[in-house]
Formats: sequence, C-alpha cells, structure tokens
Amino acid sequence: MSTQSRPREQETLADIVVVDYGLGNLRSVSRGLERAGAAVSIESDPEAFGDADGVVLPGVGAFGEGMENAESVRDALVEVAESDTPLFGICLGMQMLLTESEEAEREGQGDVKGLDLVPGRNVRFEAGQTVPHMGWNDLSVQREHPLVEGVDGRYAYFVHSYYAVPDDEGAVVATTDYGGSFPAIVANDDGTVFGTQFHPEKSGETGLTILRNFVELCAE
Amino acid sequence: MGLTKRIIPCIDVDLDEDGNAAVYTGVNFEDLAYTGDPVEMARRYNESGADEFVFLDITASAEGRETMLDTVSAVADEVFIPLTVGGGIRTTDDIKETLRAGADKVSINSGALANPELVNAGARSFGNQCIVISVDARRRYDEQGEHYAQVDGESCWFECTVKGGREGTGRDVVEWAQEAAERGAGELFVNSIDADGTKDGYDIPLTKAVCDTVDTPVIASSGCGGPEDMEEVFTDAGADAALAASIFHFDEYSIAETKAYLDEHGVPVRR
Repeated sequence: MSTQSRPREQETLADIVVVDYGLGNLRSVSRGLERAGAAVSIESDPEAFGDADGVVLPGVGAFGEGMENAESVRDALVEVAESDTPLFGICLGMQMLLTESEEAEREGQGDVKGLDLVPGRNVRFEAGQTVPHMGWNDLSVQREHPLVEGVDGRYAYFVHSYYAVPDDEGAVVATTDYGGSFPAIVANDDGTVFGTQFHPEKSGETGLTILRNFVELCAE
Repeated sequence: MGLTKRIIPCIDVDLDEDGNAAVYTGVNFEDLAYTGDPVEMARRYNESGADEFVFLDITASAEGRETMLDTVSAVADEVFIPLTVGGGIRTTDDIKETLRAGADKVSINSGALANPELVNAGARSFGNQCIVISVDARRRYDEQGEHYAQVDGESCWFECTVKGGREGTGRDVVEWAQEAAERGAGELFVNSIDADGTKDGYDIPLTKAVCDTVDTPVIASSGCGGPEDMEEVFTDAGADAALAASIFHFDEYSIAETKAYLDEHGVPVRR
C-alpha cells in the first residue's frame, strides 16, 4: 500500500517515508512534514524505504504490540540506520529505537525486543507521578544535534507513561523535567538515528521547527 | 519550568440551513448564535497559542455524521496542536473513524455511561491517551449520592446527566470518574450544567471533587467568564486544563492575554 501526497505550490526539499505498521494517526505527522517542506509517502512495504531521503517511525500505544506489528519492517529499519539515511522515531517510535522496555516485561512480553539502534531501556515514571505525563513541557538541550536548532527552552507536547534511558549518557540530546529530568530527545553516535518522546506534529511552531530541521537534514 | 496548565478553546459544530458545518455558541443560556466557520476558527486558534483544540459535534444525527468527519479532517489539516473530537460516539467503530479523520483524542459522554465496556475497548485498541471521558454534572441536594461536597453551607452531590442536562442518570460523577479512569480513560472532561453559560466561574467544588479523587488529568469546563476564573480552577480545584468558548470566540479575551494574566499570577503556562 502506498499513498502519495505533495504540498501544493511549494518546492519539496526531501522525500520522506512515514512507516505504516498499522498503528497510530499517520495523517498529522504527514501534514506536519509536508508543512515542513517534505514530499511524504506513507509506506508499509519495506522495499520503499531504501529510496527515501529520510524515514519516520511514528507510533502510539504499547511497546510490545508496537514491536510485534513492526516485525515485518524490522530488518528494513536496521538497514536504513546502517545506510546513514536519517531515521526519526516519534513517541513510541522513539522508544522502539532502544533495546528493551519495562512495559513489555510488565505485560508478560519480556522477550519482545526493540531495534537496539540506540542501546538502552524504556522505564516507567515513578509511582506518585500522575501518569500519563500529558501536556506541554519545556526542552533543555544537552548537546548539539541538527534536530534541536532553535528549540532550547521551548515547549513540546508529550503523552507517555514510559521514557527512554540510553546506556550512553551522550545519546541524550535534550531533557525535560517531570518529577525529575528524563530524556526527551535521543540520538545514536553518528547522529543519524534519533527520536523525540514528544509529538513534534502536535507541538505548534516548536514542533514545526523540529520537523523543518529534520527535512533539511534529509535534504543534505 | 515543567508541565504547564493547558488553555483549550472549544467549538460546538452543527449543520447550518444549507447543510454545511458551522460553529454555534450559546448566548444567555438558550440562544445559539452563528459564530463562524470551523476550519477558519481552528486555523486562528492554532496560530493564537491555544494549547489544544476541542471540536464538539452537536448535530448528533446520522445525516450530519459524514459532513462532520469531513470537517474534522479539514480542521485536523490546520491544527498542529492536539485535537479532541466529541459528540455522538457510541461504538469502537465511531472512535476509529473519528481518529482516522484526524482527531488525536475522542471525547465520549453518554455512549460510555450506556456502555462502560466501550472505555476498556477503546483504550485497548487505541491507547488510553486518546480516550477522554466527558461528564455533564448537575448538583443534587438529596440523599441519593455517594460523594458529597459542601456548597455555600449546603451538602450536595453531582449527578451525571445526559441530553444536555435534561435527563438524570442517577450516577454519581465522582464515582463514575473513578470507574472510567480504572477502565482506561486517559483524561476526564468535566462540564457543569449549573455553571454552563453563567460566566460566573467554573464549578469549583465539582472540579475539586474529581481532581482529589482521580489521578487522571482533568479538563475543567463550563462557566468561564475570564482569566481569573481559570486561575481559580487551576489553583483552588487542581485542574490540569481549562476550557472556554464564548470568551475567546467573541474576543472578550485573547489566548495571549489569558496566559499573560495566569503567568503573572503564578500559574505555569506555555508562552
């Protein structure tokens, strides 16, 4: 299945594939990317990933179910990462970039593993915190990365109960405070595989800035 | 700074005489005034710094449904903030088609009261972050409730009503909110039939009773006359988000003015 859409009256900067593995609202993320200057195709066929300038892995819901649904695209996503084509995970899509999740273990799916592209583990917020962490919270940039150009101190929209803890602290690009600091943006060593815990497509101007940064990175 | 309190404009959408979707706003309790085009208003609020946007389909008719889903899609294309859509949602298929049309969350009211299992099914299939349970509360001063609050020296409880407050259900709002949260609601949307249209402020005892009992985020609604009412519902009742319609639609206050006021009064907001 493949659906194509292009913004009208605008030069597109890069061809972006949004991975469709049967979960989530793909419409908003596609519209956000188009607004940021991308030509977007929503693809479930892994064959299509190779031609893209960048790949977006969206997702809402549970880690175990998400990974199981994404099984058919797992190898293709690892290939994208190895080819140095930018791979951008959003929300659950970011958590899937890590190695494992406490969420799957709690649900008796402890053998369900993530993509292991950013080694680490997803853990739940401590008891006593209102969960999910839902709403607008600010970003504190920890290190340089093309994605975070112009967004330090700005607000983004989060909805999640688990968060990523990379093994390597250097993988943390930005943090947010919710009863303690947690990673809001992570990236691998090369900086070509990265993810945001928040939804840039729902984060107003700040989110569009991040999507534009992503599209520009893909256009390089 | 941390998590901020959310300011949410809400539109009530009906079909106009020509069968097109149009926004109507209650004025003086009874009359509904034509207020604007839903897509145009969504675009305006997206740009004005609103934290989310709520779209309520008040047609509740089968004919209106298709038009409304098309309108939801057109609205979704304009807003890069979370979009909640409610009105007439009774089945998991209704939830699915509303999310497909571009909503991030669905607000379910009488459909969940009639069939509480819908909350579990919706949360299981689509995640609890997108299931918002909405209640239309009315104060009752008799012995039939479960959770009582003191209001002006009198003891009252809050009943879930349906059909815009015209019919009671006998369900205690606080008890139902707790059950809905346990069934998987990701958020609670608390309307007050008593406060609606008064502009005298939110129903503080109602909102506080729900916030004190349930861990799930609470959106306070009904009765907002200005930023000071929002400050009260955040500070005194503990709401996570405050919804308003007419004060924004009729330009009595802008989102920016509202947030500036809240910021000055120590309420954390996104600016």
